[in-house]
Amino acid sequence: MTTTLPEQGTRPVHKSSPGTARGPRRPGRIKRIGLPYLLLLPALLLELLVHLVPMVIGITMSFKELTQFYIRDWGTAPWSGIDNYRLSVDVNGPVGDALLHSFLVTVAFTLLSVGLCWAIGTTAAIYMQDTFRGRGLLRTVFLIPYALPVYAAVITWAFMFQHDNGLVNHVLHDQLHLTDQPSFWLIGDNSFYALLTVSVWKGWPFAFLIVMAGLQNIPHELYEAAALDGAGLWQQIRRITLPSLRPVNQVLVLVLFLWTFNDFNTPYVLFGKSAPEAADLISVHIYQSSFVTWNFGTGSAMSVLLLLFLLVVTGLYLLLTSRGRKTADA
Amino acid sequence: MSAASEGISTAFDPRKGTPGVMRKIRAAAVGAVTLSLALAATACGGGSSTGGGSNDSPKTLTYWASNQGASIEVDKKVLQPELDKFEKQTGIKVKLEVVPWADLLNRILTATTSGQGPDILNIGNTWSASLQATGALLPWDAKNFDKIGGKDRFVNSALGSTGVTGQDPAAVPLYSMAYALYYNKNIFADAGIAKPPATWDELVADGKKIQAKGKQAIGTEGSNLSENIHQVFVLAKQHHADFFTADGKADFTNDGVVAAVKQYVDLMAKDKVVPVSNAEYSQNQSLSDFAKGKTAMVLWQTASATFKSLGMKDSDWAVAPAPVPSGAPGTGAQVNSMVAGINMAVFKNTHNVDGATKFVKFMTSDDEQKLLNKAYGSIPPVKSAQSDPAFNAQGTAVLRQTLASSAVALPQVADESQFETAVGTAVKDLFAEAAAGHAVTTESVKAKLLKAQQQMPKK
Repeated sequence: MTTTLPEQGTRPVHKSSPGTARGPRRPGRIKRIGLPYLLLLPALLLELLVHLVPMVIGITMSFKELTQFYIRDWGTAPWSGIDNYRLSVDVNGPVGDALLHSFLVTVAFTLLSVGLCWAIGTTAAIYMQDTFRGRGLLRTVFLIPYALPVYAAVITWAFMFQHDNGLVNHVLHDQLHLTDQPSFWLIGDNSFYALLTVSVWKGWPFAFLIVMAGLQNIPHELYEAAALDGAGLWQQIRRITLPSLRPVNQVLVLVLFLWTFNDFNTPYVLFGKSAPEAADLISVHIYQSSFVTWNFGTGSAMSVLLLLFLLVVTGLYLLLTSRGRKTADA
Repeated sequence: MSAASEGISTAFDPRKGTPGVMRKIRAAAVGAVTLSLALAATACGGGSSTGGGSNDSPKTLTYWASNQGASIEVDKKVLQPELDKFEKQTGIKVKLEVVPWADLLNRILTATTSGQGPDILNIGNTWSASLQATGALLPWDAKNFDKIGGKDRFVNSALGSTGVTGQDPAAVPLYSMAYALYYNKNIFADAGIAKPPATWDELVADGKKIQAKGKQAIGTEGSNLSENIHQVFVLAKQHHADFFTADGKADFTNDGVVAAVKQYVDLMAKDKVVPVSNAEYSQNQSLSDFAKGKTAMVLWQTASATFKSLGMKDSDWAVAPAPVPSGAPGTGAQVNSMVAGINMAVFKNTHNVDGATKFVKFMTSDDEQKLLNKAYGSIPPVKSAQSDPAFNAQGTAVLRQTLASSAVALPQVADESQFETAVGTAVKDLFAEAAAGHAVTTESVKAKLLKAQQQMPKK
């Protein structure tokens, strides 16, 4: 690099005064084309360093038997071929079975969470379209969960979900008498709903924000014309709002899906290192499979499988939604 | 780098047109090249060093201390004056970082993987064998022990929790702790209980009397994995059972272990002397309940300093040996505590081996041992420091006695850390079932333990 780059750096392009240009024309062209690439180079290297190198290392690790005996110098860890993968997908074995269970819990959790986030966010955004007193204030209030630091927000929920002194049991049991006895939210089967509640609470403001921005782009004349033609509110939403939001929703749902599926902070802060079975999300499960049992090879193999799954889902999703749009446009 | 100088020199050439723009473009190009080179250099230089120790930086040390006091701030207040003392004696400056328990093991693992860690660190003594297996800690062979005054200075039970038997210890004992039964004197008096329970049957019977007076009997930390392990390990011993076979294989489903785990969970499920809410406790809420006078008893290790920081008066509580089947603690099936404690280890990648050894010698000296263990309410693992009357007081006499005669070290196997997580989680899940009102049977206990055993590394 040091031998070729100086040439480019020292011979600038003189478009305005060609008479003074030294040297042949050709390097000037290279220079002109080369400069943008040169300026991209640091970003490219950073991208390599920050994203690709760790990914390649992670994939390499998944083919190794990387236990506590080798982590100090993991170059010496023996290659294990596809053993880590075989262990992870063997649903008849305990490890694969647990991973499958965790995967299914995560799928159910993600579908519910994304669906609810989207529905609540869209509803709120549509209601916030009309001007009324206090709209600005409400919009701000709605965004608070999204703006709060995750840890602070989730730990507050953890306190609220406590069995003895939690606000949730106080309201549901002591005041509304909905349950016979105080429920456990942080252990046992209810933990799934606790996790879902926090996730939706944390996620819907983002949907709200994005849909609200998307709504600004729908021409008002459409609604006026529809109203003249006798369309009610529901018909306007169905025939104008939702179709117009389609491109926005396409991205929104994908992003929400990826975030929710991969969410680590919420379950980890809520439940700690060992999540209850009912709320055993895959990110925490992989963390446990690697950090807590000190088997980083198996953990990496699970991560790679997760990556592949998300790639496939994302690819299919984009393919289906884009094709659908093209035919709709045509 | 010749590019940079050349580029700048021509940029100032006055004969050229639009020098300002040219200069900016060139500066940008030069900046891009420089940044790229710097990045490439850091990327290449990021490899970890996996060599032994060295003495490259003899004037500084980094010390990761575990959180022994009521808070990190308390620890800093206790330790900093001692570190200053050490600097005065040796000229070595010790940088202190107190690492919370939730992070300590992960931090150590990360340091092990990257080779970038502290010079000296505290470890939970039960992790000794697991961390020993990574090879990240300096082995304490006879030569190294001589530098700190010899192995004989330490109590045997504490040395029993420093690594796999037959190998050089991975760490040196620093603070020792033991389990005991802490009870609220006022609640006991109200319930008409003259002396603390010495057997499990008495414990349950006394618990019923206390509940009749409207107080909670016993507090546990059902969601705290380590705590669960410590309790069921001792109970397994009382059932003549072990979690590992003699050659170090996981054996979680033998009858003794199943009975022990069931007995512990039954305190909530069958005997109902533990409140169901305790199933979700994992942040010492049971100690807080005890200090507030809500609960009459806790089985805990070295809790006196914690009670004080929670605002409980020393005169309100007393301590007795934890219950055993016969009522008289001893060895074999009458053990009533694990050997709890903190060990001090030297990170093999240290750049100051000699300084680190000197620091260990300083921290295990008689004076420092007395001072630090007094501050933390623990027992010195150094024999000559134990004679201090402070370790024969209300909170400490029972603990010292327990450590000397009826405490046993957790399994010193490389998989200990995984065992804590797997079995600790099984007990947590069983508590959750008991709390939800589901039956806890021998079969359900065995099923959970089998699942835990399947999670252990294959040999």
